[in-house]
Amino acid sequence: MDTRILTTDGLQALVDALQTRGFHVLGPAVRDGAIGFGPVREVADLPAGWGDEQEAGHYRLRRRDDPLLFAYAAGAQSAKPLFFPAQEVLWRARHDANGVHPTPPDPEAGADGPVAVLGVRSCDLAAVGIQDEVLLGRRYGDAAYALRREGTFVVAVTCSHPAATCFCGSMGTGPRPGAGTAPAAPYDLAMTEVLDEHGHRFVVEVATERGGHVLDEAVRAGAAVPAAGPEDLAAADDVAARAAQAMGRQLDTSGLKELLYASAESPVWDEVATRCLACANCTQVCPTCFCTDVRDVTDLTGALVERDRVWDSCFGAEYSYIHGGSVRASTRARYRQWLTHKLASWEDQFGMSGCVGCGRCITWCPAAIDLTAEVAALRHDGGGRRDGP
Amino acid sequence: MLPRRFRVASTRHDNHDTLTVHLEPCDGAPLAFAAGQFTMLQVFGVGEVPISISGDPRGSGPLQHTIRDVGSVSHALAFAAPGEVLGVRGPFGTGWDVADGKGGDVVLVAGGIGLAPLRPALLEICAERDDYQRVSLLYGARTPSDVLFGDDLRTWAERHRITVEVIVDRGEAGWTGRIGLVTQLIGKVAFGADRRLALVCGPEVMMRQSAVALVARGVDPSRIRLSMERNMKCGIGLCGHCQLRELFLCLDGPVLAFDRLEPLMARAEL
Ligand SMILES: Cc1cc2nc3c(=O)[nH]c(=O)nc-3n(C[C@H](O)[C@H](O)[C@H](O)COP(=O)(O)OP(=O)(O)OC[C@H]3O[C@@H](n4cnc5c(N)ncnc54)[C@H](O)[C@@H]3O)c2cc1C
Ligand code: SF4
Ligand code: SF4
Ligand code: FES
Repeated sequence: MDTRILTTDGLQALVDALQTRGFHVLGPAVRDGAIGFGPVREVADLPAGWGDEQEAGHYRLRRRDDPLLFAYAAGAQSAKPLFFPAQEVLWRARHDANGVHPTPPDPEAGADGPVAVLGVRSCDLAAVGIQDEVLLGRRYGDAAYALRREGTFVVAVTCSHPAATCFCGSMGTGPRPGAGTAPAAPYDLAMTEVLDEHGHRFVVEVATERGGHVLDEAVRAGAAVPAAGPEDLAAADDVAARAAQAMGRQLDTSGLKELLYASAESPVWDEVATRCLACANCTQVCPTCFCTDVRDVTDLTGALVERDRVWDSCFGAEYSYIHGGSVRASTRARYRQWLTHKLASWEDQFGMSGCVGCGRCITWCPAAIDLTAEVAALRHDGGGRRDGP
Repeated sequence: MLPRRFRVASTRHDNHDTLTVHLEPCDGAPLAFAAGQFTMLQVFGVGEVPISISGDPRGSGPLQHTIRDVGSVSHALAFAAPGEVLGVRGPFGTGWDVADGKGGDVVLVAGGIGLAPLRPALLEICAERDDYQRVSLLYGARTPSDVLFGDDLRTWAERHRITVEVIVDRGEAGWTGRIGLVTQLIGKVAFGADRRLALVCGPEVMMRQSAVALVARGVDPSRIRLSMERNMKCGIGLCGHCQLRELFLCLDGPVLAFDRLEPLMARAEL
């Protein structure tokens, strides 16, 4: 494997090389009190010395006493909105004498060019792979998503500081990109941030030819990008191994689909429904949720018509509405749909789990509901005492 | 996915709240479909909803949808003026595959507007009537004035040897027919021991009860097909709304066999 070393100066040269190639470079940034994604022109735009503290229903940024750039766990949003925005125009039309002629929005309009994403953590890389399958891998695809994904340059990062809410180890998606058992989206480079007696550096695995070329371009621009030595590789392995140990939560995935299907009438759903607010936060932060609704927008004169697609959630009452009422009228049924979809029916639909273990739904739940605890409760309940499979 | 433009050619009033809209493609290219499939029909600026195609799958005439006015979008669709341009995406979903019943007896059970999605299957049978054995249509409507497609019912019975049984929830002055539930008719319908096919469309409770009654008559659950209704926003497996556990009813359905559906329909609010 081609593995090289970047210092922070080398990382800047990588960002420059990507920009020279015409990429709009995005990476982690502190936004509204949490880690999100923002434009990266300089390494100084990255959240140096920031860490986080996460627990069920709790998220707080905290200052670290080191210069690490990627020493935090999953932020408020994954890379999902970069490719699958919360709102997007499907078509626009003008009402005239010949009626309405819908046309798709100009794909160039408002686009900043192809995207390079720096610092996609392992769980989120797996989630992008899942969305690729959902939105592009079946009979009908999402053309706008395909356009945004096309040519994307991905610099993945090993998760070095998992949170108390993380369980990617259980889901086979992390902490090291490409090393899990679950399929992940393709990436060009994968880096592991190391800080030891040999200094602060990034051990970079070159995964594609294009990735190697970009590093070569950084070298031509004057950066030192030496091959990694055995001590660098060992240091990177150690970061990943310690992260795997530090995982705050676990989910026993054995027979999970069977458990959830058999638990359809479990009293656990009634209990969780007494706490769940059906606020949809969990689906809004989840990197794999793909449900959408459509809205028709007309201007005041009625001459301009626009059809928008917006993120939706199975926790909403409208979501399952058919004439006469909602199919899932109770919170019990909606929570059951959410958990069953993530961990069971997703497997039947797409041949993989719908959960990557990022822990966001636990962190951002105002009622501190924890899916790993709910699954444990279902197991304890033995798959629904009330009624068998 | 962009909608295709279709112009309203004419509209037929079927009863007090149901109309059949005839559409012609603005680009001249007809829309081929299989009996039981639906389209996503939209009034630009108002909304888009799933509606089954109710015309003849072999015919060359206008595209037909029979729409019950129950809310804002269905109202705007049903009352679209001749000449107005509507959006059509599709056809989507699985069909009845009625030809699979050739050589045997076929029973169709309809409740209310559920007769509309079954109409293309009936027209398909009529076109090759000799390929089938006994064919029965059991149709339940709320009142005699709710009965849809009266002319068709007569033609099917008189010219195509289809046993048509209509039953209503509530009678009206002059009604001499049956009063009760459509499921009651299932016990009496005549069909043989093998190669039987049953197609059922109507409210979910009615479909489940009908399927159970058909199973009691010895019909194999895999030979009973139901057309499922769920909220649908995309019709192409992307919006998630139509999920019934692992099924995307817009892609895997709406028509599915009862052996697949039964365990899912048995759970409330799944
Ligand atoms: C596969 C399929 C085939 C159908 N075929 C027919 C048909 O041939 N004729 C017919 O009259 N009706 C049919 N329906 C039902 C029809 O789609 C609804 O009556 C229609 O969506 C109601 O919309 P509305 O805006 O008028 O009603 P409202 O009650 O105002 O509904 C608001 C919104 O909820 C959703 N919604 C409400 N009711 C339904 C429903 N029953 N099914 C799906 N979404 C719903 C729609 O998005 C709708 O815009 C079919 C439904 C499905 C799923
Ligand atoms: S279900 Fe929760 S832990 Fe799993 S991927 Fe979604 S947000 Fe992350
Ligand atoms: S059904 Fe619910 S859990 Fe599944 S993708 Fe949609 S919003 Fe997420
Ligand atoms: S209607 Fe959108 S997924 Fe089925």
